[in-house]
Amino acid sequence: MTAVTPTARARKVSSGTVTSKGGRAGRIGVNFAAVLGLLYLFLPIFVIVAFSFNKPSGKFNAVWEQFTFDNWMHPFADQGLVDALWLSLRISLIASLVATVLGTFMAIAAVRYRFRASGFVNFLVVLPLTTPEIVLGASLLTLFLEPHLVLANHQFALGFVTILVAHIMFCVSYVAMTVKARIRGFDWTLEDAAMDLGAPPARTFLKVTLPLILPGILAAFLLSFALSIDDFIITYFVSGPSTQTFPVQIFGQSRVATPPQINVLASMILFGSVTVMAIGSIVGARRQRRLGL
Amino acid sequence: MTDETVIAIEHVTKRFGAFVAVDDADFGIRRGEFFSMLGPSGCGKTTTLRMIAGFEQPSEGAIRLVGEDVSRVPPYKRNVNTVFQQYALFPHLSVSANVAFGLQSKKVPKADIARRVDEMLAVVRLADFGARKPAQLSGGQQQRVALARALVNYPSALLLDEPLGALDLKLRQTMQLELKRIQREVGITFVFVTHDQEEALTMSDRIAVMNEGRVEQIGTPEEIYHQPASEFVAGFIGMANLLPATMENVDGARATAVLPDGTAVSAAAVEGLTRGDPATFMIRPERMQLQVGTSEGISAEVVDLVFQGPLIRFELKTAQGCPIVAHVGPDENLPLLRPGDRVQITWDADGGRLLRRHEQMAASTAVPN
Repeated sequence: MTAVTPTARARKVSSGTVTSKGGRAGRIGVNFAAVLGLLYLFLPIFVIVAFSFNKPSGKFNAVWEQFTFDNWMHPFADQGLVDALWLSLRISLIASLVATVLGTFMAIAAVRYRFRASGFVNFLVVLPLTTPEIVLGASLLTLFLEPHLVLANHQFALGFVTILVAHIMFCVSYVAMTVKARIRGFDWTLEDAAMDLGAPPARTFLKVTLPLILPGILAAFLLSFALSIDDFIITYFVSGPSTQTFPVQIFGQSRVATPPQINVLASMILFGSVTVMAIGSIVGARRQRRLGL
Repeated sequence: MTDETVIAIEHVTKRFGAFVAVDDADFGIRRGEFFSMLGPSGCGKTTTLRMIAGFEQPSEGAIRLVGEDVSRVPPYKRNVNTVFQQYALFPHLSVSANVAFGLQSKKVPKADIARRVDEMLAVVRLADFGARKPAQLSGGQQQRVALARALVNYPSALLLDEPLGALDLKLRQTMQLELKRIQREVGITFVFVTHDQEEALTMSDRIAVMNEGRVEQIGTPEEIYHQPASEFVAGFIGMANLLPATMENVDGARATAVLPDGTAVSAAAVEGLTRGDPATFMIRPERMQLQVGTSEGISAEVVDLVFQGPLIRFELKTAQGCPIVAHVGPDENLPLLRPGDRVQITWDADGGRLLRRHEQMAASTAVPN
């Protein structure tokens, strides 16, 4: 903290904002603000984890009573919650896979090729991200229930399929945007080189393009999975009466009871995603060093 | 002779919208030769190369590879390979895997692939680097991997798109000789694109000089340098003094013309130029001699002189104001000259050349390289 290298100090002074005397106070102020900001971000998450160790006396896990490991010993005690989580995991996995494939190809098309109306297509891709979810949910419900809109005389039964379709829809946009940003600097002459070396388009994609843009695609997949698994608003509209995803189930239950298993399962999801992110950044950093990217 | 041609460019024109990138190119590239396409940027040399590789298709005309019309054949089905300007090595693959890529695409047996990759890495002197990633190599080494990756496929021709452009001067000169050595060793036709005339002169068996989409001249480096076919070629390759002249007399293979100051010059006749036609008299700086106290040759005034070690570079001006550059060696018996002195410029009978006058040509130009 106290050791400031001459160059670092020189840079600060030359930037003209902080003198060496005021530097100390400035640094403390900045650190204080940073700690406050992080607290603000992480307090709710901390509460979730902490209350997974609570032993509430009533039906609602809202007041700290007593520390216990019971909830973690029996995380799957609430069958309704477990069913809902299992459904959410399946939907998110399938939706993210489909959306990742579709969105990746859209992103490649948008970056690689200049075509007529490419600007308009880009606009259409962003549109679902900017539309309020409640509007998307309501209009998807109409789409599924109106018997003539999609298939003649066909009404969709609300449930697994309708949720899946809705999730794929909004995930495609996120995937396309993420992958597009990641492949903007891609050197497309590598594809020329592969074809020059006798690789047809499919082999060129599998052996050269895909391995190089895979980190971007994985990032898009994880984002897509995270968005899908905790989506409430759109899902609430299109899930129907008997199909409950994890968030919808918790919402429904919260009026009657909030068992601490909610916190346990939520903490598990949290630790799971933190682990995936940590692995991702370690592997990514190694790969970048290795390839000199 | 026809079976010797590996690549035939037959009246090929390439348009991008209204822009004509290549205008009726028509020439052949012979088996085993080092052929360069030389010209300023935008002259159509890279477009021609990309058409041979298959990345572009000709708007008109045909490209034949060993006799077969490949104008509409995609790049992955053509037996030519390219060394790209920035090498385009696959960053996620090792050096060996980069070199093996083409053979794997062609489903060559594994044992053969390993043997050929090792052989080719030895040819480019990178035998111990197979396990490295491209990012762990220097620019010159990456360049040689790109060469090996292309050559290992035994292509009918190797296409090189300004491959030395990204290297520094010293490395570039080393690689020029290295390229020439490798070409002799593997005996494969090299088609080399460059804007660097020195590079083309150093390495090529034949050079096609291109300008604004047209092939201006094809010939050996000596022919291109000593017998340029146009003002553009004369000015682009080396240094040339271009003086306006008027055709006077044509007598068989020789012709005479008159410079603006009345000096009569004699050179090889040019087809289609007859008495009274405007022409350009071209003479290289090193073909000139300077003399004092005679009335022979062109009279000029010394504007500046620069000592450059092996030669002295004189900047001169004729009475009409035409700038002339002359290089004078150390053995010339010259009195000490200063700016403002008057000298006579002379040359050997075959030192100069008459050229067709280009319409847009200014009075006279000495074009530095």
